[in-house]
Amino acid sequence: MTTETAAPARKRRRTSPRGEKAASLFLHLELLVVAIIVIFPLMWIVGASFSPGTGLANASPIPTDATLDHYVSLFTETDYGRWYLNSLYVAVLNMVGSVVLSALCGYVFSRIRFRGRKAGLLGILILQMFPTFLTAIAVYMLFLNFGLLDSLTGLALVSIAAALPYNTWLMKGYTDNLPASLDEAAAIDGASRWTIFVKIVLPLMRPMLTFVAITQFTVPWMDFILPRLLLQSPEKQTVALGLFAMIEDVYQNAFTTFAAGAVILAVPITILYIVLQRYLVTGASAGAEKG
Amino acid sequence: MGTAQNGGLPAPVPGVASALVWGAGQLMNRQVGKAAFFFAFFAALIGWEMGTGNYYAGMDFAPRSNGGFFIKGLWGLLTLGTQPRQMTVTGLTDGDNSIVLMANGLIALLTLALLAIVWVWSIRDAHAYRRRLIEGGLRETSLAYFKRVWEGAFAYIVLSPGLILIVFMSVLPVLFGILVAFTDYNRDNLPPKNLVNWVGFDNFATIFAVPSWTATFLGVLGWTFVWAIVATATTYAAGFLQAVLLANKKVKFPRVWRSVFLLPWAVPGIVSALVFRSMFNGQFGPISQWLVDVGLTDERVYWFTDPSHPNLARAVALLVNLWLGFPFFMALVGGVLTNIPDSYYEAARMDGAGPLQQLRHITFPVVHRTVAPLLILAFVSNFNNFGVIYFLTQGGPDNADYRFAGSTDLLITWLFNLTLDNRLYNIGAVMSMLIFVIVGTISVWNLNRSKAIREL
Repeated sequence: MTTETAAPARKRRRTSPRGEKAASLFLHLELLVVAIIVIFPLMWIVGASFSPGTGLANASPIPTDATLDHYVSLFTETDYGRWYLNSLYVAVLNMVGSVVLSALCGYVFSRIRFRGRKAGLLGILILQMFPTFLTAIAVYMLFLNFGLLDSLTGLALVSIAAALPYNTWLMKGYTDNLPASLDEAAAIDGASRWTIFVKIVLPLMRPMLTFVAITQFTVPWMDFILPRLLLQSPEKQTVALGLFAMIEDVYQNAFTTFAAGAVILAVPITILYIVLQRYLVTGASAGAEKG
Repeated sequence: MGTAQNGGLPAPVPGVASALVWGAGQLMNRQVGKAAFFFAFFAALIGWEMGTGNYYAGMDFAPRSNGGFFIKGLWGLLTLGTQPRQMTVTGLTDGDNSIVLMANGLIALLTLALLAIVWVWSIRDAHAYRRRLIEGGLRETSLAYFKRVWEGAFAYIVLSPGLILIVFMSVLPVLFGILVAFTDYNRDNLPPKNLVNWVGFDNFATIFAVPSWTATFLGVLGWTFVWAIVATATTYAAGFLQAVLLANKKVKFPRVWRSVFLLPWAVPGIVSALVFRSMFNGQFGPISQWLVDVGLTDERVYWFTDPSHPNLARAVALLVNLWLGFPFFMALVGGVLTNIPDSYYEAARMDGAGPLQQLRHITFPVVHRTVAPLLILAFVSNFNNFGVIYFLTQGGPDNADYRFAGSTDLLITWLFNLTLDNRLYNIGAVMSMLIFVIVGTISVWNLNRSKAIREL
C-alpha cells in the first residue's frame, strides 16, 4: 500500500527513482480500480436507459444501437412528468419554509436570552431522536382528521417540521460564531431586533442558509416513507414513489424506462452536489461539531 | 397614572379572581384593556366548548353525547370510546372511533396546555400588579404594559410559527405514538369496526415474553448493531484511505479523481440503491449472469432471496453501503488533511519517522480528533439506515424463525413492515420507543462530551 505522504516521497526520489516510479504506478492503479468500481454501476444505469428492449436482461453499459425511446415513453406512457412536478413543488416549499423558519429560530436561540431558551433547545434535540415512524402513523391519522391527506402541501409541512430541530441547531451554532459586536453596535445606534436580524445577521449567515437550502431542496426527491404514507392518489405521487413502483415488479418489464427515469432524477442533483461540494461538506461537519 | 390607592384588597384576591374568570383580577385592578385581553381567551375557550357541544341537555349531560371539543376530547382520551358499532334494525349504527377520539383528545389537551400558559400569565399578572400597588408602585396603563411586553417578547413572537408547526407536526404525533404503544390497536382490532382499549404494558410484555417475538427482536437488534458498527467502520476506513492516497503529491489530476470518487455521494441514494438492487437481481441481474459466463458459479446466485445464505445477503448489503458511504468520509478527511501543517511532517522526518509512522502518529490522531463526533452521528444514521436495506434487499432473504422480518432487516425496516404492511400499530409503537431509547442513549452520551451542550 502506498500510503506515504508527499514529503518522504521526495526524499526517496533521491535514493531510488525506480521504487518511486513503482509506487506512483501502484497509486494510480489503485485509484483507477476504485474509479471503475464507482463508475461502473452508474454507467450501467445510463447505458440501460439507452438500451433497446425493456427488460433487465437487455440492459448493457454500452448499448450497441442506442435509442431514446425510453425517455420518450417515460413522458408519454407514464406519469413521470406529473411526478416530477409534484416533487419539485414539495422540494421548493420545503426549501423555502425550512430556510425561513430555521434562520429565524436559530437567530433567536443564538442571540436572545429568554426564559425557556435552554428547555426549548434541549426539547427539540430530544424530539429529533424519535424515529420517523413513531410520528408517521400519527401524522397519517391527524391528516385524515384534518383533510390534509393526499396533499402535497401537507407533505411539505411535515417535512419542514421534521427537519426544523436539526436545522435550528445548525443555524444557532453558526450564528454563535458570528461576532456579536456587530449586533451590539447596531443596537446602540437604535436598530430594532428585526432590523439587526435582516440587515446584519442574515447576510452573514449565507453559507449556512445555502447549506440548509440545498439539503432541504434535495430531501423530497429521495424521501420515501412519508410520501408513501401520506400520498395516495396516482396523480399525487412523487418521483421516488413512482420509480420504486416501476422497479418493484421485474416481470412488469419496465426496467429500461425506470433507468431513464432514474437518470433524469439523478443528473440535476448530482451536478448540484458536485458543484457545491465545498459548502455541503463543511456544512455537514459543522453540524456534527455543534450538536 | 397616580399613586396607589389600595382599597384594602390583599394581593391574592385579584389573583384568585383571575383564576376563576380570566381577566376579573385585572378588572379589580382597574386595567380594562388587560382584562379584555385575558377575558377574550376565556370567552374563546368557553365559547368553543359550548359551540361544539350540546349543553341544553341539563341533568342528562353525558360527555359522549353532549360534550364539546374539550370535554368530549378528554373523555375520549380516557375511555377510547364506549359504544362499538352495532347492527340494529335500522342498519349499522355509528360506533365510537377510538383512534379519532384519541387524536381529538390529544389536540384538545395540547390546546388546553397552550391556553393554560395564558391562564397562569393572567393570574400572576393580577397578583403581581396588585402587590405593586400595595407597595406603593405607580399605576401603568394597559397600553403601556402591552407595549413593554411586545418589546420584551420578541423572541417568543419570532419563534411562535416554528413552535406551532413543531407542536402539531412533531410533538403531537410523538405523543400519539407513545399512547398507541399502550393500546391494542392492530389489524385484528381496527376502528371503526372495533373499539381500541388501553392495555397497559401488555405490548412490551409481548415483545419480551413471547418467544418468537423475543427471538426476532434480539436477532434483528443484534444484526442492526453489527450493521451499524461494520458499516461505519468500513466507510470511514475506506474514505480515510482514499483521502490519504489523493493527498499524495504524486497523484496526477487530483481534482478529477476526487470528483469521480464523490459521485456515489452526489447521486441520490434511492437511485443508487435501486440500481444495485437490479444489478444483484438473482434471475436477470448482470452480476450473477457474469459469474455464470465466466464460469465462477455453475448457476445463478440469488443474492437477496436465498434463505440458506443470509450472510451472503448481509455481506453484499455492507459492500453496497461501502460504495455509497466512503465518499463522504473521503471528502471530510481530505478537508482535515489540507489543514495539517507541513511542519509536523518535517519535524517527524528529522526524528527519523518513516511514512507509516507519520501516518500513525500524526495523520491518524489529528484526523480522528476532528472526525470522532461525526462517527457517532454516522453510527446513529446507519442504525436507522432505512434506504439501503429497504430498497436493496427489502429485508430478504426470508427467515423462517423471524416474525415479519428477513435476515437483513434492521429494526427500522422491520418497524416499517410491522406498521405499514402488517398493521401491527401497537407493536410498531413499542419498537419505535425502544429504538428511541437506544438512539437517545447513544446521542446523549455523545452530546455530553461535546462543548455545544456545556456552553448552552
